Amino acid sequence: MDQNFRLSDGGLINRDKKLSFKFNHKTYYGYEGDTLASALIANGVHLIGRSFKYHRPRGFFGAGVDEPYAMVQLYRNGETEPNIKATEQELFEGLEATSVNCWPSVNFDIGAINNFLKIFLPAGFYYKTFMWPKSFWYKVYEPFIRKAAGLGVASIKHDKERYEHKYEYCDLLIAGSGPSGLASAYAAAKNGARVILAEDKARFGGTLLTSEVNIGNKSGKDWAEGIIAELKEMPNVTVKNRSQVFGYYDHNMLVMSERISDHLPKTKKFHPKQRLWYIRAKEVLISSGSIERPIVFGNNDTPGVMLSSAAKEYLKVYGVLVGRNPLIFTNNDSGYETAIEFKKNGVDPTILDTRKDPQSEIINEAKNLGINIKFSYVVVAAKGYKKVKSADIAKISDDKEQLGSVENIKCDCICVSGFWTPTIHLASQSGNKTKFNEEIDAFVPGRSKQNETTLGAANGSYTLEETLKNSFETAYDLSKKITNNDNKISLPNVVEKKSTIHDKFWCVPLPKGKNYKRFLDFQNDVAVSDIEIALKEGYRSIEHVKRYTTLGMATDQGKTSNLNGLQLVSNIENKVVPNVGHTTFRPPYTPVSIGAIVGREVGKHSKPTRKSPMHKWHEQNNAIFVDAGVWLRPRYYKQGNENLFEASKREAKNVRTNVGICDVTTLGKIDIKGPDAAELLNRVYTNAWLKLPVGKARYGVMLREDGIVMDDGTTTRISENHYHMTTTTAQAANVLSHLEYYLQLVWPELNVNVVSTTEQWAGAAVAGPKSRDLLQKLFPKSDVSNEGLPFMGFIEGDLFGVKARIFRISFSGELAYEVNVESDNGNFMWEKIMEVGQEFKIQPYGTEALSTLRIEMGHLAGSELDGRTIPYDNSLEGLLSKKKDFIGKRSLTRKAFTAEDRQKIVGVVPLDKKTSIPEGSHLVKDSNAPLPNPKLGYISASCWSVEHDNPFSLAILKNGKNMIGEKLFVMSPLKNKVIPVEIVSSHYVDPKGERVRS
Amino acid sequence: MLHIKCPHCGMRSQNEFSYGGDATVKRPELGKEISDQDWDNFVYNRKSLRGKHLELWQHLSGCRQWIKVERDTATHEIFRTLKANEDNS
Ligand SMILES: [Zn+2]
Repeated sequence: MDQNFRLSDGGLINRDKKLSFKFNHKTYYGYEGDTLASALIANGVHLIGRSFKYHRPRGFFGAGVDEPYAMVQLYRNGETEPNIKATEQELFEGLEATSVNCWPSVNFDIGAINNFLKIFLPAGFYYKTFMWPKSFWYKVYEPFIRKAAGLGVASIKHDKERYEHKYEYCDLLIAGSGPSGLASAYAAAKNGARVILAEDKARFGGTLLTSEVNIGNKSGKDWAEGIIAELKEMPNVTVKNRSQVFGYYDHNMLVMSERISDHLPKTKKFHPKQRLWYIRAKEVLISSGSIERPIVFGNNDTPGVMLSSAAKEYLKVYGVLVGRNPLIFTNNDSGYETAIEFKKNGVDPTILDTRKDPQSEIINEAKNLGINIKFSYVVVAAKGYKKVKSADIAKISDDKEQLGSVENIKCDCICVSGFWTPTIHLASQSGNKTKFNEEIDAFVPGRSKQNETTLGAANGSYTLEETLKNSFETAYDLSKKITNNDNKISLPNVVEKKSTIHDKFWCVPLPKGKNYKRFLDFQNDVAVSDIEIALKEGYRSIEHVKRYTTLGMATDQGKTSNLNGLQLVSNIENKVVPNVGHTTFRPPYTPVSIGAIVGREVGKHSKPTRKSPMHKWHEQNNAIFVDAGVWLRPRYYKQGNENLFEASKREAKNVRTNVGICDVTTLGKIDIKGPDAAELLNRVYTNAWLKLPVGKARYGVMLREDGIVMDDGTTTRISENHYHMTTTTAQAANVLSHLEYYLQLVWPELNVNVVSTTEQWAGAAVAGPKSRDLLQKLFPKSDVSNEGLPFMGFIEGDLFGVKARIFRISFSGELAYEVNVESDNGNFMWEKIMEVGQEFKIQPYGTEALSTLRIEMGHLAGSELDGRTIPYDNSLEGLLSKKKDFIGKRSLTRKAFTAEDRQKIVGVVPLDKKTSIPEGSHLVKDSNAPLPNPKLGYISASCWSVEHDNPFSLAILKNGKNMIGEKLFVMSPLKNKVIPVEIVSSHYVDPKGERVRS
Repeated sequence: MLHIKCPHCGMRSQNEFSYGGDATVKRPELGKEISDQDWDNFVYNRKSLRGKHLELWQHLSGCRQWIKVERDTATHEIFRTLKANEDNS
């Protein structure tokens, strides 16, 4: 039948809009304003899933964020999402959901066999059972557990939804829109403060939506609506529903996740699905309310057993009956509110009250309504497998230890109220040292660590009048401090029913001869007996008990289980709860989607993409790009059907025989100016810099203080007090910070300024034996002869009307130049060089050819300067000045750095001159030695030498200086390769460096 | 995320800064003889303090100045921030 458990009227749902949805492939109907949970209950569906360990049937326990069971796999607009709470998911047309944690189906679940084997699955069972035999883990236990357990399936598809991040500042952030949240937001806003009010549910008002109270001659619900309407109109207030403040971080920064589109069948165009707010608040008011506590009894996880407040919420907000024959089991007055609500809707409940003879206004009301109340009574055990069918109940003695004779009464749901637990998660996250409040048997916030104040039920204040009074006053005081305004709101008249004290009773003893499972943590299947075992086995600290039993470790973070677990530990240990202490609350308070955390920073947007001014030309000329840090650089330019290997070989060969051009814009560039610039360089670089003439460049190496090579590059003296430094692409930012560090902190007396000019200059390397002829044509007015512009020389030239800097420097080892122009002229420069270079058979070359050229030359790059090598290792010891001190010099005298057999760079050639050597392979003496085979060194870079037409690699090899001519083996277990090789000089081409000077 | 007051720019979020270690370490003078022990102390040895710690941060995505921050390493409380050339006594 359609919505059999829906009342004919009432609730806050929109009955004019009927929605269809599917659960476990069956179609149902609900209304706009329903949650998936309320709509299912309206249709009499209570079997939602299976429990985590024993695969026992599970239904609904709560009506919101505290729900431990009802997690579903959600399908929306072609996407799927696990770990969705049915109690939080709003219904939309076409919603589909399935049960999780059951296989093959929720009605017949093979894992439920665990339930009958539960004697074998006690606390710590993962640690004990599946450890032996070890070989069984991967083949038998693990696949079985994987298949049978788990809380849904993550999608492996690309998420097409958009998620956003927002940064916000405010005077007061108020988390929760119940009575205390509304009152404080209103008072602070009226006093001129910038307020953000966040509510995790779709509806504002919290408990005001379900309480029978009056504020200022209005019902609580109407008062809430009026306040919200007014707040929404105020320019200094941001009001957000569907927004959970889930984390309280340092310096009053809180993070809130706003679900913008999750309640809609499809995200609207230009809308994100969710938005993460980073809020820096001057003051935080935590008005997160409280969560009802269960009472522990036998089979208290049976579907149909739920919190009494949840039953009331389903009635009052959704117009839904959780049962037609309800049993209310309570130790306080709250259960009566639910009972009265049932009664008003024509359903006769039975109340079992653990108290002997409580007297209060609401109890009298229940009596007057003729509700059947049994005092000093408890539920011993729920009966029924997939749904409650009856309950075993008994009278309990005044000392709460003895049960009377057990009777069975029929019922179809058991609504439990074990009093209220303040939601102190945010306060605890902020560093607040919480304290135990004996009166309510729960922890409340203590002394604030950050600028945070907890109000209302979250602070253990359970009367409306007191809550409103405190909230108005606190918000007025805090806002006055910030705004200096003095607009005070007077407290409206409050009408509420007075209640009497609750019974400190939380767990029903087992009757003789019965061994019912009594659950504490419903999501992780932790029962009373598990805690008892953990304590018996010697676990004492509550943190250890938690980890051993997994109590409170599920996705609900023990919202309903923590305090009962603590009670149990303290009872057994004869301690009081405050001495047991509670485990630490950590963000997030509720699960947050990975998408929201990542925001827009996915795929291409995960980091900026930097392109050189010549990027378009590269694209148009079939460049295949590669990521170089954040830069996109041409790896090779594809001609015809060439692959990477063929293209890079062609390009490199053309450099060795004709002339090539390579985009080197990405090199880091730092402009250095000031009278002490030379002195700075002299301290930063290992070689001498004081005598470099104007118009000359020099190669330099800089170290960290620990002697490790940090970077290398050429620096050119442009004019008397002006230098142009280049760094490697990867280290550009670090080198600038490094220079700033020394200039600002260590040697502030040096009069030097440094600034990054990486993006100001476009650079092209023109390399090859014909590069000078080409340059002469490009700069007819300049003298670029070997005398006019010798190796490591620098001139400024005129490139068809564009000012250019010409450096005679070479990374390829050929006669080569680097031409720099202002970035705006980069493309012009490139096209001109290509045009004029045609007659010299110019070809562009990419990073792959560039690597080949530098490797066979024995020039260094990031794979050698990898943060683990000192100058000697890279054969740079000739660049270490003996006359002056420099950064890191003292470290080079360390014992390991001066060892006779210290590692050094060498060349490696395969004996067969054919087999390519994988980068990262190890060098060993004996390929058949028993493992672990002593490693002598590693391959840092490999190429196909175009000069010798065979593979060639660079390696960092122990005792490298004495190893030239030795035969070793290259081993790559990853590639399953063993290659006999010969060690040669790292300078495989032009060892004397004649070409660059030619 | 910390909220750090750059003495040059004002209150800024931590993600504009990069951490630079202990601010009380002084680099030995250039060209001066120094024992292995003293050099090791300068390069490697740092106390892992719990409590008040004077440390360096660079306002990387702001004014690029290196600044000194007095922070409690356990609670993250920031007591004061100083320009590089300000005396921390
Ligand atoms: Zn700054």
